[in-house]
Amino acid sequence: MPNSKSAYSFSNKKEKFDTHIIVVWVDNEAGVLARVVGLFSGRGYNIESLAVAQVDEKLKISRITIVTTGTPQVVNQIKLQLRKLVPVHKVADFKREDKAVIFKEMALFKIVGPNNKLEGALKACKKYNPVLLDKTKKSNVIQITALRREIDKMSKDLKKFGLVSVSRTGAVAMTRGADIFK
Amino acid sequence: MSKLYSGAEIVFKCMEDQSVDHIFGYPGGAVLPIYDELQNFKSIKHVLVRHEQGAGHAAEGYARSSGKPGVILVTSGPGATNVVTALTDAYMDSIPLVCISGQVPTHLIGTDAFQECDTTGITRPCTKHNWLVKDVNDLASTIHKAFEVATTGRPGPVLVDIPKDIQFQKTKYKKPKKEKKLNGKSHNHFNQNSIDHLIDLMSKSSKPIFYTGGGVINSGPKASELLRELVYATGFPITSTLQGLGSFPGDDNQFLGMLGMHGTYEANNAMHDCDLMINIGARFDDRITGKIDEFSPKSKKVHIDIDPSSINKNVKVDLAIVGDVKTVLSSTLKSLKQKKSKFLKSNKQKTSKWWEKIQKWRSVRSLDYIGSEETIKPQYAIERLYELTKDKDSYITTEVGQHQMWAAQHYKFNKPNRWMTSGGLGTMGYGLPAAVGVQVAHPKKLVIDIAGEASVLMTIQEMSTAVQYNLPIKIFILNNQYMGMVRQWQELLHDKNYSESYTAALPDFVKLAEAYNCVGIRAKTPEELDDKIIEMLNTDRPVIFDCMVDKVENCFPMIPSGKPHNQMILGPKDQENKKITGKGKSLV
Repeated sequence: MPNSKSAYSFSNKKEKFDTHIIVVWVDNEAGVLARVVGLFSGRGYNIESLAVAQVDEKLKISRITIVTTGTPQVVNQIKLQLRKLVPVHKVADFKREDKAVIFKEMALFKIVGPNNKLEGALKACKKYNPVLLDKTKKSNVIQITALRREIDKMSKDLKKFGLVSVSRTGAVAMTRGADIFK
Repeated sequence: MSKLYSGAEIVFKCMEDQSVDHIFGYPGGAVLPIYDELQNFKSIKHVLVRHEQGAGHAAEGYARSSGKPGVILVTSGPGATNVVTALTDAYMDSIPLVCISGQVPTHLIGTDAFQECDTTGITRPCTKHNWLVKDVNDLASTIHKAFEVATTGRPGPVLVDIPKDIQFQKTKYKKPKKEKKLNGKSHNHFNQNSIDHLIDLMSKSSKPIFYTGGGVINSGPKASELLRELVYATGFPITSTLQGLGSFPGDDNQFLGMLGMHGTYEANNAMHDCDLMINIGARFDDRITGKIDEFSPKSKKVHIDIDPSSINKNVKVDLAIVGDVKTVLSSTLKSLKQKKSKFLKSNKQKTSKWWEKIQKWRSVRSLDYIGSEETIKPQYAIERLYELTKDKDSYITTEVGQHQMWAAQHYKFNKPNRWMTSGGLGTMGYGLPAAVGVQVAHPKKLVIDIAGEASVLMTIQEMSTAVQYNLPIKIFILNNQYMGMVRQWQELLHDKNYSESYTAALPDFVKLAEAYNCVGIRAKTPEELDDKIIEMLNTDRPVIFDCMVDKVENCFPMIPSGKPHNQMILGPKDQENKKITGKGKSLV
């Protein structure tokens, strides 16, 4: 059965799906993440990644960064629904290809193997600000910060160096320049 | 030092300050401290229901007929889960409710304690907002905030979950703050340019139509007055959704009747062919639009709504005006008077062809049915009920199904807040408890629940509530022994396979009425119908009226699923030509 938002609309038009990074400033109170995430799941929208932490201790404001895909209409609906939530202060929406915004994700890689492989792995990460967080004779834990697709690529490329475990965060975003999002 | 109050007392102090006079509820372990305090607050009357769903719908009926928020008090666990249907119903139809629920003591939360459930988790998607109060010092401000959230902007239900230990703890009471701004969420976002744009569109249009909804009712009686003024000042035709009935007089010549799946031929065709559609407080629901790709293809669309997320949700519009209906209408009227004082005159010519077309559609008389002298036709029953009650300023509630659509088609409403029906969620069992709530708000008025025999059995226990509080509600059952709308769809879409839609063992409703200690009346023939209705109206006690109607009557006109507005099925004679095939069958 074709996808439909309403019982009647068997829309034949294929609309373009874009990746959007939605940033939500919320009161850091119990259940607030469930409210935000529930809006997505309740409407059948998917979340690609999620990052959330308190950013203002005094005002108890948390910043939630959500990466999602959808048609312009769906993304617009998400934004408007988010703005209706009582603990939500403001909502920003950036397209992934937006040049005026910086997106970053962090990943931790655990490599297990002989010395030459460990070194090879570290070398391969060179472009992505690698930090060696832990080192033993047999293993390394490397931290990198990069874009999603770069981390995707590294997760593949490092396999040959003995990658055994990957842990990664969701994307966080910040506008370039002196302006902040109001 | 100011006096210390227990959490339970604070609940009622808040209600006093919020001018609550009635609450609908059911006691239980986790709200006992609150029930203990009830007797000390004389201005607040508690209505004891028989099931928490009934409390919810009664509060909805109360809210819709009075314009004030409905207040519910239930216990933890099953008390809270039972009220979920009513909260969802209120959420869909934008009805302000404040539900106070008890919760197990804070130290037991998360231990699977007796009658524990994650109430805020369960009700999160069906409330505007909810709170679990974990500190008694937050209780008063939370309840005041709850009333504010429920009643401002697009109204809706909220829930405050109060653990039992919080109800015992003591603190100072805080009065409501006079805070206007809700987290920066103001509700009027339009400017004069939009109003000017609207007036410009109106003056250019030769085939205009107003399409109005429940937002007009929710905006208060003044909004209905302004709507009438605007409709008369423009001479435009107007149609209404199910929820909007009553905001414009149902017997006025400019009114085309209800639109949508069971709307009139003239309303739906006018929506399809218009060149300007002005949506006031409606939401392009799927029962209204029919096939969305072919919905009103040639019109400019204007959408006036208080909820920004309603704009462009289902249908893209050319002009969006986000604001309270009352405020928008009053600005529009003001500008119209200033700029186009002779609008009506200049426009009469322009829209005369349009009106001719509408008259032609009207002459189809799409609400007609084939009468009978032997059996009571359900439409006839509603018509007679209307004729015999139209001078009484009556309040009508309904259940959900064929009887609901017949009531909407054949009962004419002239005032707002007189029509209470479950539209968005379509909750069978809504009407009886809603009638209880309406009668509580309007003790002297005539309150009728137009019901079906299947729906009414879902909440029939609330008759006991009506009897206990001497609420003389009239339950007018159109009894066809079928789940009529299910049967109709099975006839039209499922090759007459009447799977499980016949109730083989119905109670004797007259005896049932007697068992509840109210009055039972039965009408079997068209001949005796009027006398029996008059008997019902003359009874100053709750009545169950068992109106035995034609078992296989269908509700027409009807837009079959998957069809646009201009392809309606009109009635028995028309059906042969318009079989529902293919995709339409799989739609709801």
